[in-house]
Amino acid sequence: MAFNYDEYLRTNKMPTLWCWGCGDGVILKAFIRAIDKLGIKKDDLCVVSGIGCSGRFSSYIDANTVHTTHGRTVAFATGIKLANPDKTVVCVAGDGDALAIGGNHTIHGCRRNIDMTLILINNFIYGLTNSQTSPTTPQGFWTVSQKVGNIDPTFNGCKLAEAAGASFVAREKVSEPKKLEKVIREAIAHKGFSFVEVLSNCHINLGRKNKMASAMENLDWIDSITLPKKKWDALPEEEKENYLPTGILKQDKEALEYCEAYQMVKDAHQGKRGKITPDDFKKKI
Amino acid sequence: MSELREIISTGNDLAAIAAVDAGCMFFGGYPITPSSEVMHTISDLLPRVGGAAVQMEDEIGGVAAAIGASMSGVRSLTATSGPGISLKAENLGLAQMAEVPLVVVNVMRGGPSTGLPTRVAQGDVAQAKNPSHGDYKSITLCAGNLAECYTETVRAFNLADRFMQPVFVLLDETIGHMHGKAMIPTQEAVKAGIKLRKTFDGPAEEYKPYGVAQDEPAVLNPMFTGYRYHFTGLHHDADGFPTEEIETCRKLIDRLFRKVDEHRDEIELNEEYMLEDADILLIGYGSASLAIKEAINELRKEGIKAGMFRPITLWPSPEERLYELGQKFDKVLSVELNQGQYLEEIQRAMGRKDIEKLTKTNGRPFSPADIIEKVKEVF
Repeated sequence: MAFNYDEYLRTNKMPTLWCWGCGDGVILKAFIRAIDKLGIKKDDLCVVSGIGCSGRFSSYIDANTVHTTHGRTVAFATGIKLANPDKTVVCVAGDGDALAIGGNHTIHGCRRNIDMTLILINNFIYGLTNSQTSPTTPQGFWTVSQKVGNIDPTFNGCKLAEAAGASFVAREKVSEPKKLEKVIREAIAHKGFSFVEVLSNCHINLGRKNKMASAMENLDWIDSITLPKKKWDALPEEEKENYLPTGILKQDKEALEYCEAYQMVKDAHQGKRGKITPDDFKKKI
Repeated sequence: MSELREIISTGNDLAAIAAVDAGCMFFGGYPITPSSEVMHTISDLLPRVGGAAVQMEDEIGGVAAAIGASMSGVRSLTATSGPGISLKAENLGLAQMAEVPLVVVNVMRGGPSTGLPTRVAQGDVAQAKNPSHGDYKSITLCAGNLAECYTETVRAFNLADRFMQPVFVLLDETIGHMHGKAMIPTQEAVKAGIKLRKTFDGPAEEYKPYGVAQDEPAVLNPMFTGYRYHFTGLHHDADGFPTEEIETCRKLIDRLFRKVDEHRDEIELNEEYMLEDADILLIGYGSASLAIKEAINELRKEGIKAGMFRPITLWPSPEERLYELGQKFDKVLSVELNQGQYLEEIQRAMGRKDIEKLTKTNGRPFSPADIIEKVKEVF
């Protein structure tokens, strides 16, 4: 029997505002399947998004949903999660949203290792506002704000998340919807900050002027710059920078999660334990 | 009259204590002089009662976390000073648009820009009216003494839930850092007076969070309670879902104004000091009013009959009362620690321009002598 997505969608708000062939729909479906498989109740789920095409992601899901300001997704979600530690909080943001204007919140969400999942939809461009350079736009690509070719160095979100302290870091692409579902599922199940970069197509606002005007051409290009982590690991060092590894790139199940850490603060203030000391943070061996 | 208790504290601490007594369970903030003590104190108090206080990575994150917690149904606070409000402004606009209650304590310091971080000003009064872009109605309260740092913070929480929007509590550096005795309501009295936001308890399929009467705020049930809906800063329909439908957009902004304008009597609060027999009307608020009162006492010893009108709710302004006073008094002096931000509102409400002003923007408080001298000079 075909999977019933309608159970999780605000079907009366369809169609979506996304362009035909947009990868966002693939991600939305993978997300819904992941939630279903995890058995998370819609009432116990909060989806928080920012501004951009990805910002509309939350609005189509029949859950507790929040469309926030540009870049501030993780900060809003931090308040929601700290006030409701037993609920599932998922952030959805774009590359401009989470890596440019909201970079600071992404960094510090990772650093706190607060239990939420950030699905970063990376389409390498500002799509909604029509093709301006984003932090992930490859150098040499046409953008409407750099028509002779983008000179800005490209941001690697997964490296940033790993360095900043996210305890789960993964990358997937919309051309692999089953793997995508699995990665999202594992990210949500992971206790701690889970950063999932999803490489997606924007053939309209990225592809059109960069020789990949159809969704398929755009997806082929993404395939050409990615390799599964195992294959990527086997590459000679000098070739690694030509590809982005996909799959789970980091998972630390021992890292202290922030709501649990905050419970120590509550306990200390309520006299249930002593003051918190450096010893509380020594790695368990 | 409810029972009072005596407390020795500072203005900033009293704001934090008041928040917790009023049922606040979340604080999001960022260090900034001269408001940081609000965060210091509430960071000790909230975990004791099972709440959470988080120091975020920046001012924007501080207010975002607080709004997020409030969206989920928890009474929330942020505290900052003028530069922090400038940074928080966009998210305060989201809270206005999506109708999320929030209390924002602003302990004012000298501006513009970095200004005079450790010194007093009342330079954020105009900012409090319109911190964010777009059209909405601000609710702004201003504490004029230590006890009001407590009572106005409590009142702000109840107003935020009543009108479903951010409510400013303006302190200033003088009052925030003032240390002394205050008589404040008992915790029991505060608890008995708590009025939480309205909620809908009918069938979920009939729930329209923004489908309310044209002079009423949205009815936003807490998250995770079976009423799933959408928050957005976009124009939205009765479900909270984005729309550009012309009439819906018109009605939304109209309602954001009318929910405040048509219930001003629930918001307005003023103090009138020795006004009955006065010949001279002094108007001031916040810490300036402390110097004004002392000046009035001194002037009266010399036979000069002055009195004071002090708006405790600055926005919406007490325009009817100001108009009446403008008709009654020929001699009016406005006293503010800025270049006349509220004077413009007084002139508008009174419908007259011939109002004397005493202003100060050098980071120092008024002394009663400043005011006495000015009264003698102009009247």
